[in-house]
Amino acid sequence: MESLTLTDGEQKYYSDLFVYCDTDNTKKVASNGRVLDLFRAAQLPSEVVLQITELCGATRLGHFGRSQFYIALKLIAVAQSGLPLRVESLNSVKDLPLPRFVVAKNEQEARHTAMYPDSENQGSYQGVIPRPPGRGQVKKLSAHEVIQPCVPTVEPQLQPDTTSPVVSPHQSPPTSPHWRKHKRQASGGNIERQPVVVAGAVWTPFREAQAGPVVSGDGMWSANSPPPVQESWVSLKDAHPPSSSTLPAIHCSPVQENSSIRTVASATTTNETQRHSSGGYDDPWKITDEQRQYYINQFKTIQPDLNGFIPGSAAKEFFTKSKLPILELSHIWELSDFDKDGALTLDEFCAAFHLVVARKNSYDLPEKLPESLMPKLIDLDDSAEVPDQAPDVGYSGSPVEVTPNKSPSMPSLNQTWPDLNQGNEQWETFSERSSSSQTLTQFDSNIAPADPDTAIVHPVPIRMTPSKIHMQEMELKRTGSDHTHPTSPLMANPPDLSEETKLATSMKFVTVNSGDGYSSSDSYTSDQDPITSVVTRQRSHSGTSPEGLKVVAAPPPPPPRPHASHSRSSSLDMNRSFAAVPTGPQLAGVVAYPPAVPPRPLPTQTSGPHSGHRSDEGLAAHSSTSPQQIPEQPNFADFSQFQAFAASDQPSDDGEKHPESLPVEKSSEGAGPLRTVKSDNQEERAAATVNSAKGSIMAPPPKPVRRRLKSEDELQEEALPLKSNVIATVLAAQPSIPRSVGKDKKAIQASIRRNKETNTVLARLNSELQQQLKDLLEERISLEVQLEQLRPFSHL
Amino acid sequence: MAVCIAVIAKENYPLFIRSVPVQNELKFHYTVHTSLDVVEEKISAVGKAMADQRELYLGLLYPTEDYKVYGYVTNSKVKFVIVVDSSNTSLRDNEIRSMFRKLHNSFTDVMCNPFYNPGDTIQSKAFDSIVSAMMVQAS
Repeated sequence: MESLTLTDGEQKYYSDLFVYCDTDNTKKVASNGRVLDLFRAAQLPSEVVLQITELCGATRLGHFGRSQFYIALKLIAVAQSGLPLRVESLNSVKDLPLPRFVVAKNEQEARHTAMYPDSENQGSYQGVIPRPPGRGQVKKLSAHEVIQPCVPTVEPQLQPDTTSPVVSPHQSPPTSPHWRKHKRQASGGNIERQPVVVAGAVWTPFREAQAGPVVSGDGMWSANSPPPVQESWVSLKDAHPPSSSTLPAIHCSPVQENSSIRTVASATTTNETQRHSSGGYDDPWKITDEQRQYYINQFKTIQPDLNGFIPGSAAKEFFTKSKLPILELSHIWELSDFDKDGALTLDEFCAAFHLVVARKNSYDLPEKLPESLMPKLIDLDDSAEVPDQAPDVGYSGSPVEVTPNKSPSMPSLNQTWPDLNQGNEQWETFSERSSSSQTLTQFDSNIAPADPDTAIVHPVPIRMTPSKIHMQEMELKRTGSDHTHPTSPLMANPPDLSEETKLATSMKFVTVNSGDGYSSSDSYTSDQDPITSVVTRQRSHSGTSPEGLKVVAAPPPPPPRPHASHSRSSSLDMNRSFAAVPTGPQLAGVVAYPPAVPPRPLPTQTSGPHSGHRSDEGLAAHSSTSPQQIPEQPNFADFSQFQAFAASDQPSDDGEKHPESLPVEKSSEGAGPLRTVKSDNQEERAAATVNSAKGSIMAPPPKPVRRRLKSEDELQEEALPLKSNVIATVLAAQPSIPRSVGKDKKAIQASIRRNKETNTVLARLNSELQQQLKDLLEERISLEVQLEQLRPFSHL
Repeated sequence: MAVCIAVIAKENYPLFIRSVPVQNELKFHYTVHTSLDVVEEKISAVGKAMADQRELYLGLLYPTEDYKVYGYVTNSKVKFVIVVDSSNTSLRDNEIRSMFRKLHNSFTDVMCNPFYNPGDTIQSKAFDSIVSAMMVQAS
């Protein structure tokens, strides 16, 4: 056979046909069956077919090799054009239209111009090809004309042989959208373009000739369109430098591997039917298996992991090769990057690729991502699309999870976005809520009262009572009658105090137990601790307080914190006790405090009882105080009783009360009046005035929260002086104890013990207060910073 | 509903500007331009804590008798300016904030597009649609 020179269009067409006929996938031999069918479809007389067969050498060879096949096709074209079949006519005839093959199933009998290799495919499509309803020949012509310019660009791109297999698979998809578009668009210029693209040059004249019998042309167009579209689609790839050239090849291989034309045909048929059935459904955008496989392979070239992402830059590079304008590529990206993460998953990549192909084939880009291209999101979390889902996507057309269908039904998409936005809003609101510190403080406040020891309210340490009672009893046993005396009032008083402040009660007990010194101190400290903790949000302290109480002999629990009141009270008491007690020398060391403190004891004492919480704080200090002090505290409420013990008890009471007054901040409200009252009643009322002053200071913050804050402030402010007061009270208590007891040796020993305890307590108190001071300073700094930040915006 | 929405790049040139009354666009361009000064003043106010503490939403930049100008700046110094008609029942602050949030989100999407070169005018259709949704429907 003489050499055969084919135009690019012919080349493509023939290669497609060859692939179609190459049912055995040999790439070399076209099965006779198919070939014969094809030839029959050419609507040529059988003898002509025979002649052609003979001419092409198939008869000689016994099979249709590629060259034979091509020759045969050309001869068919020659025959169809009415030219005599001559071997020499193969190359002599110029501008020979592509051979037409009538597909029996095609609605259109007359085939327009060259039915592209699709003729076979068309046959398969037949059912599918639905017909492009409104395809008018005029349109086609126009499209045809329009396409023509494209063709030259396309044709050269087409590579012989390898492109053929590619074409077939491509045919279906482009066809569908093509058709769809055609249906949708009155002017299906795009669609027409596609079919024309491939055979552009050849087709033009042919079409014009065929203008008449348009009807069939529709079908044919549609049939033709896929191939040209595909070819153009393929050529699109080809246009790109090396990688592109590999595309068709890659595509070819999978295509061939996956399915022959039959598969494609079936697929396309399916698509077609689906398209037809769905009517206005978004068929055109469905991705066929072959296409998808092709896309997947392309994806692999960039990202071997099918579940991975293609970064934006790589995708940009890849799609730039398609030579689409950046603006369109940008739009394609917007459509396909569904999760807006700047990277493409496999599904997103397939969608983008499909859109590029469509655009290359002059399909208008949709405004919204078509349903069929929507990435399937099983879970919104699962960003990686599974390749095997692709076919489902292709055919089901509706993403599993992603409801929004951009083009088909925008509302669904809009729904998701609002949902996401709402999610964001929810996050924002949530953050706003969480930012509120009120919950924290409330929580704290809730916890604080819950802890009896730390209760800000008056009735604080009820539970302290039993232990204190126990301790008190122990104290009583130890101290003997003298203690009993004070304790008795304590015993009597508790009920009274319980009405007012449980803390006071507990403190009474503590004071009663002060005889033990240590235990009482423990109780005091423990009581104070709760208060402190409440004030300072230190629940641990409250926790420790009960423990402290329970531990009779254990060292005092964490000393009350900011209990300036406590310290004050103690110091005041101490001072008072010192002042009242001539036997100051014993407390020489402590005496140092008294001089400075004198006035304080009064207020502390007066505030003692109510500072039930305070009492906890002051307990530590009080612990060292004589049990008499304890009774004195309750005496605050009951001044008569207090006065009874005024002489000896007062100092200790003051000392006790002083520490109690420390936590007054919590009971500030009650403390004030109580203090004042008590101060009036008590003799050493220098402290009373002080207490009243303190009370007034304490009074302001009525609410627990505020109390806490203020108490912190106040406590810190009062901490130091209160501490000294505590010490003073403690010291004062100590001398009072021995005095009251009358047993010098024991008293001295007890006092010494108590002093030591007091020292430890005070030391601890000191450290805690220091800590509080630091905390407050930090808070202050943070507030200042916030203020500064807010300041610029306050200009508005 | 905004009357004009503009996106200004870090170098203070517009990446995107659209106003509803197409006929009087120049006026809005000028307004946005002048509002940039106010924006600069605001973002330079918080000197110490750089972008950390500074809030993105700047609030009302300045009101005129006809309209109000709101500003928003991102951490990369890209500014969004919304001009709202004063006659319009004053939008609540939250609504303005949500508008800015949407703008910021769609702007981020535009940025994520590898085909978008930072510094180019924004031609994204998605962004356009978001902006259109926020603009006044009339005129």
